Amino acid sequence: MIVLLGVLVVVLGFATRRNPLLVVGAAGIVTGLLGGLSPQRVLAAFGTGFASSRSVTIFVITLPVIGLLEHHGLQEQARRLITRFAGLTAGRFLALYLLLRQIAAAVGLNNVFGHAQTVRPLAAPMAEGAAERRHGPLGEKAREKVRSFAASADNVGLFFGEDVFLAVGSILLITGFVNTTYHTHLEPLQLALWAIPTALCALAIHGWRLLRLDRQLLAGATGPGRNAELGESVK
Amino acid sequence: MIKAEWFYWLVGGIFLVMAAQMLTDRTNPKRVGTAAFWGLLGLGFVYGTWVADKSAPAEPLGAAVLVMVCLAGFGFTGRGKGSAATPKQREARAARWGSRLFVPALTIPVVALVCAVGVKKLSVDGEPVLQKGSETILGLGIGAVVALVVGMVMLREKRLSTPVHAGRSMLESMGWAMLLPQLLATLGTIFSVAGVGDQVRRMTTAVLPDGSLFLAVVVYCVGMFLFTVVMGNGFAAFPVMTAAVGWPVLVVQEHGNGPAVLAIGMLAGFCGTLVTPMAANFNVVPAALLELKDQYGPIKAQLPTAVALLGCNIAIMYLFAV
Repeated sequence: MIVLLGVLVVVLGFATRRNPLLVVGAAGIVTGLLGGLSPQRVLAAFGTGFASSRSVTIFVITLPVIGLLEHHGLQEQARRLITRFAGLTAGRFLALYLLLRQIAAAVGLNNVFGHAQTVRPLAAPMAEGAAERRHGPLGEKAREKVRSFAASADNVGLFFGEDVFLAVGSILLITGFVNTTYHTHLEPLQLALWAIPTALCALAIHGWRLLRLDRQLLAGATGPGRNAELGESVK
Repeated sequence: MIKAEWFYWLVGGIFLVMAAQMLTDRTNPKRVGTAAFWGLLGLGFVYGTWVADKSAPAEPLGAAVLVMVCLAGFGFTGRGKGSAATPKQREARAARWGSRLFVPALTIPVVALVCAVGVKKLSVDGEPVLQKGSETILGLGIGAVVALVVGMVMLREKRLSTPVHAGRSMLESMGWAMLLPQLLATLGTIFSVAGVGDQVRRMTTAVLPDGSLFLAVVVYCVGMFLFTVVMGNGFAAFPVMTAAVGWPVLVVQEHGNGPAVLAIGMLAGFCGTLVTPMAANFNVVPAALLELKDQYGPIKAQLPTAVALLGCNIAIMYLFAV
């Protein structure tokens, strides 16, 4: 029972808004010591955990080139480019991004898109450009909203696309854990097939919400874009 | 053979170079602490190679991780002002370069694609060109290096310090959140070694009434969701909840379809990843990257989708899997 105090540390840390690094570090130490590990083994666990999870931080390698391109106006150009496509609204563009991200992840290309390499330099500025073309200059709230939804399109596409692919970490984790713990034999293909229904639900639900973003932006817009839009609907 | 470890060293090297720059950045009021944090991170990336293959003790790295936690957690890190181009300058440059700017940016995904699909199959003298199992990570790394060369040649940029400076200010804006995902992976390991899963199993079997299949499905899916919110990733929650409910109750006792139950259970956990700041690399880092005022902007955008999808997962599991 007492090892569950580690979970409690995380929940309390969360509730009192402590720095998450401190919360997780403290929870690890508390759980390890209460679980009967020696201080030395707790330290070793932190070291091996860090070493074996370095791949989540490897995207840093793309930051210099993205930074260089932004220095030379990449975001501005992304915005300019997208305004040339008349039918493309922020919502439609992001729904398309969601679809592409999900398909890429489903065929195993997890690292083809991502927040550092595509959302910040390309997807978010393009969505903003599309929104500005339609609704005029964006207020701060609307801008934050478009950017947040750009980040969400990347996450939802990745999470619910990747499990359709066989060799992804979570599928291998499931088969590895179950096959060794329960002495059975699960095939990755069976698991991947059962990820498809949820993947379709994710595409439908989040795609629909992205498409609705245009209407929300319209309701919040005050510039000339709004009048143009109203004029159109009267016709 | 090109090894994943080479790119970890390169990332470590980038951190170290940036740490050296931070130390000399007088616009940053906390430059020493900041440089120490990123410097230790860089050293950890390189030293991690020998910890991962078990040829060096893990304890020094563990101590370094805890020092990083304290440096960032107690507010010893900060950020410099940077010398970013003004919006006007960037507009002018964008007009000058036009859509050619997309060439290096698109080089990264294209090279990643080519590596993951094509180069993966190549081998020289019977040895694969890319380390097996790391093809997509290597694709990202190679893509980034190629793109940097293409970008510097195309933009006639001679000094390597320009991209490094620009990358550093992005890194400084992300701050401590960079370390959190790796730390959470560690916490997951410690939880399983310390027997947290067994405890949760005892508790849930005591609480769960016999014979209510729907309730068991809800407990498994919602448990995956909540545990993922606390732990920041579904991978840590999966062994705990599967040992507690998924396998003993839904698969063994109720004769559910094993692969379906477990796959959908994991996806219920992913719904939790969408709504937790603990999943820093998906939710907090993007907020910093996109320079949002509201750190929780992406989570707010994802919350309704996550709740609806959790409902979908419960329905799919109840109707088709058990």
